[in-house]
Amino acid sequence: MLKTGFQSGFKTGRTLAAAAGLAVTFAVGFAAPASAQDTIKVGILHSLSGTMAISETTLKDVMLMLIEEQNKKGGVLGKKLEPVVVDPASNWPLFAEKARELVSKDKVAAVFGCWTSVSRKSVLPVFEELNSVLFYPVQYEGEESSRNVFYTGAAPNQQAIPAVDYLAEKEGVQRWVLAGTDYVYPRTTNKILETYLKSKGVKSEDIMINYTPFGHADWQNIVADIKKFGSAGKKTAVVSTINGDANVPFYKELGNQGVKAQDIPVVAFSVGEEELAGIDTKPLVGHLAAWNYFMSVDTPENSDFIKKWQAFTKNDKRVTNDPMEAHYIGFNMWVKAVEKAGTTDSNAVIDSLVGVAVPNLTGGYSAMLPNHHITKPVLIGEVQENGQFETVSKTPGLVAGDEWSDFLPDSKDLISDWRAPMSCGNFNVKTGKCGGKGS
Amino acid sequence: MHRAFCWLLAAFLALAAPASFAADLAPLVRGLGAGSYAETEKAIAGLAETGDPAVVPVIEALQAGDLHVRKADGAVVVAKRAGNGYALTDPLTGAALGEADRNAVEKIRINNALRRTISATLGALTLMSPDAGTRRQAAEAVFKSRDANALDALNTALAKETDERVRRAMTQARASVLLAGEAPDADKIAAVAVLQERGDQDARALLNGAANTGSDAVKDAAMKAIASVEQRLALWGAAQNLWYGLSLGSVLLLAAIGLAVTFGVMGVINMAHGEMVMIGAYATFLVQEAFRQWAPGLFDFSILVALPVAFLVSGAVGVAIERSVIRWLYGRPLETLLATWGLSLALQQAVRSIFGPTNREVGAPSWMSGAFELGGLTITYGRLWIVVFAFLVFGALLVALRKTWFGLSIRAVTQNRSMANAMGIRTARVDALTFGLGSGIAGLAGVALSQIDNVSPNLGQGYIIDSFMVVVFGGVGNLWGTLVGALALGGVNKFLEPYAGAVLGKILVLIFIILFIQRRPRGLFALKGRAVEA
Repeated sequence: MLKTGFQSGFKTGRTLAAAAGLAVTFAVGFAAPASAQDTIKVGILHSLSGTMAISETTLKDVMLMLIEEQNKKGGVLGKKLEPVVVDPASNWPLFAEKARELVSKDKVAAVFGCWTSVSRKSVLPVFEELNSVLFYPVQYEGEESSRNVFYTGAAPNQQAIPAVDYLAEKEGVQRWVLAGTDYVYPRTTNKILETYLKSKGVKSEDIMINYTPFGHADWQNIVADIKKFGSAGKKTAVVSTINGDANVPFYKELGNQGVKAQDIPVVAFSVGEEELAGIDTKPLVGHLAAWNYFMSVDTPENSDFIKKWQAFTKNDKRVTNDPMEAHYIGFNMWVKAVEKAGTTDSNAVIDSLVGVAVPNLTGGYSAMLPNHHITKPVLIGEVQENGQFETVSKTPGLVAGDEWSDFLPDSKDLISDWRAPMSCGNFNVKTGKCGGKGS
Repeated sequence: MHRAFCWLLAAFLALAAPASFAADLAPLVRGLGAGSYAETEKAIAGLAETGDPAVVPVIEALQAGDLHVRKADGAVVVAKRAGNGYALTDPLTGAALGEADRNAVEKIRINNALRRTISATLGALTLMSPDAGTRRQAAEAVFKSRDANALDALNTALAKETDERVRRAMTQARASVLLAGEAPDADKIAAVAVLQERGDQDARALLNGAANTGSDAVKDAAMKAIASVEQRLALWGAAQNLWYGLSLGSVLLLAAIGLAVTFGVMGVINMAHGEMVMIGAYATFLVQEAFRQWAPGLFDFSILVALPVAFLVSGAVGVAIERSVIRWLYGRPLETLLATWGLSLALQQAVRSIFGPTNREVGAPSWMSGAFELGGLTITYGRLWIVVFAFLVFGALLVALRKTWFGLSIRAVTQNRSMANAMGIRTARVDALTFGLGSGIAGLAGVALSQIDNVSPNLGQGYIIDSFMVVVFGGVGNLWGTLVGALALGGVNKFLEPYAGAVLGKILVLIFIILFIQRRPRGLFALKGRAVEA
């Protein structure tokens, strides 16, 4: 996902922040200067301050836990792992700086990090130039495939499209509200969904698209509009790509205006257990979310993971969520690939990562595909009173991540395969050449 | 002979007594816990077919999520939390079945489709309830479900109904069932008339359906009815928009009113104003936690207790900031701007370190949740109270500035510092208290905003720009200007939103303010006289 500079009007503020930042220095990084020979360094690039700290701090903690667990098992290649944490402070250009610092100064073997698409786009050239490895754990809009990035979150076909299918088949939805925050992830996802819905015979007048600014707090008339749109005599549902902060007031308004899930269900792609922790979920029971993992999934792997997580954070109320599972999968894949390659050399690891399969937390195996995306099951869950999701639908098999959507005219002819001899992120099957439209 | 009679009597009693119903229903109830959603749905349908009022509490327990399956024998029981485990009761008879460990029972899950079935079933079953409120709810449920099976029950209930409002609800429910199902055209046209009179969005939804599927005569009537309903809805829609404008305006007023004191009256460009709001919201969270811990029964009053607490906490932080930082920077706006901006970042990070980066849950007391209908308007209680609260705070501040000794001192220091000093007013103390007052009011705003927004370290950032816009637009140093500015900006924003969308609407408002400030640099209500030059 992406979150552009918080408010456009804040440009001056950011400059001021840089100036004032001298006065208020935050703790940045606590990399210990250890002897580089007997450890393998792993970079963690998540915002610990600023607007994205709300989501990313948890991912930093989960990485520290995974590294600690691995060290208990004896590390990798007989060496201990050493985490190097940096704080890019929700500041997109700073992501690139910190990434460069991790790779060229700290000489980390791989980096786990980023949340928003804009931060990923910002570090991408750094990883390609320095030929290092980035694991990106968040669902995103697709339309990208880099040799140096491994996308362990969901592509649109692993989240959005199965969710829409579920609503159409199980709830009989015929009218759609596509509501999102105004930036690239919702806009691309909604474009894909619009084409997809139209290909299924939904008419334009049965689709309403609405965008709101970041941190939008006053949802009164938008919720009223949704109610009005839903009173046209056809079953209506809301597909929400509303981002982080704006969700709480949105759901509060839904609850207060009495929009019940049994009348107009809302399915969200960015609302997980962490976001629900700040809301009283009683009025929201039955609203939906689509993810590849829920904390409520009942498997031995998952209950083991939750137990370790709550012990690590010394808080038995801490919740787990989908991007955490993505890091769990990504980290285990990296460990396995390094052991297979027998070295942490980037080229060897990148080559050996493709085809690696590790257990996920929902009772199956996830495999790294040649396009650097992974296979995942898709789960649809309903919000419960206790702030958890109850799985109401699970895809029978695993869904392979599709980076170039088939529902966008620019990308439908593109494929990605990083294995030799093709080794190309945007191969155009029509022209037979590497380098089509897109990234 | 005598003995045989006894047997017969016993058999008769066994048939007639409620216990026998329970015996008949028991296998059906057991079916609820069969496993899959489809099987549960079948069991609900079976229970509904009996038409027996005894199944109502069972289905209600299922709706509330209290119905569990006892793993040992597969029996369906009502389980309620009691200490570490559950207290079990029989769903039909209500007889206590002892206690069970949390792992010994499994909740019967329901999904949206089941929830719809449940409310439809309950509606049909409770139409004859002795309580008028329940009957009305039941009629509304049937209205929504349009369940043709409920028609007979509805007709019987309607014949007996005496309460006028319930009668109307039932007539409308009947119309909805007739219009959605199979019925002669004459009945359908009569139903269209009933729905036209109801005239809300649900009615429009039904009429739209009829206009698409019915015969020509029905279609015709439905089209006409839709036109009349839409006209009515458009009128109410305009009124609703006015209310939204007022509501947004009151939120802006609350956020800006503290700034009207620190920036408007004192002239301090206080970039940390939003963080005072955030501190108020966190104070509310702490007060609520205390209530949850020690007095959960009094939770509805937690907000009232939070008000003075938030005022004092934010006010104290404000006084501390003034004494430690701002008093060295009077008359140096650029330094003040930078210092308070830095302070705002520091406060955010401090809160993030103490409370964590994630949102904190602040609950709504029951008198602030839900909504009521006023004609065609939907007014949520939370927003209504915030509007009332904003005006109360505004009034109180106005009185404090005009009628109290403290207010007089503030005005004296603002108008002529050296003269006030010469008259024996301790200006340094007044400065600190004024800044504390502005911050405390921001804390009050935090209590209100915690009801509608995230309680997270970033809470204040979302309001700082809007607050400055309101104060500058209304005229620096003028409280009435702040009031008019807030309501005007709220109204304009809500007026633009339906046409331009939320993103463009916000941009247009910003452009409007820039142009306005070009024309009137001192805002709507410019202060005249000596204070301006000072």
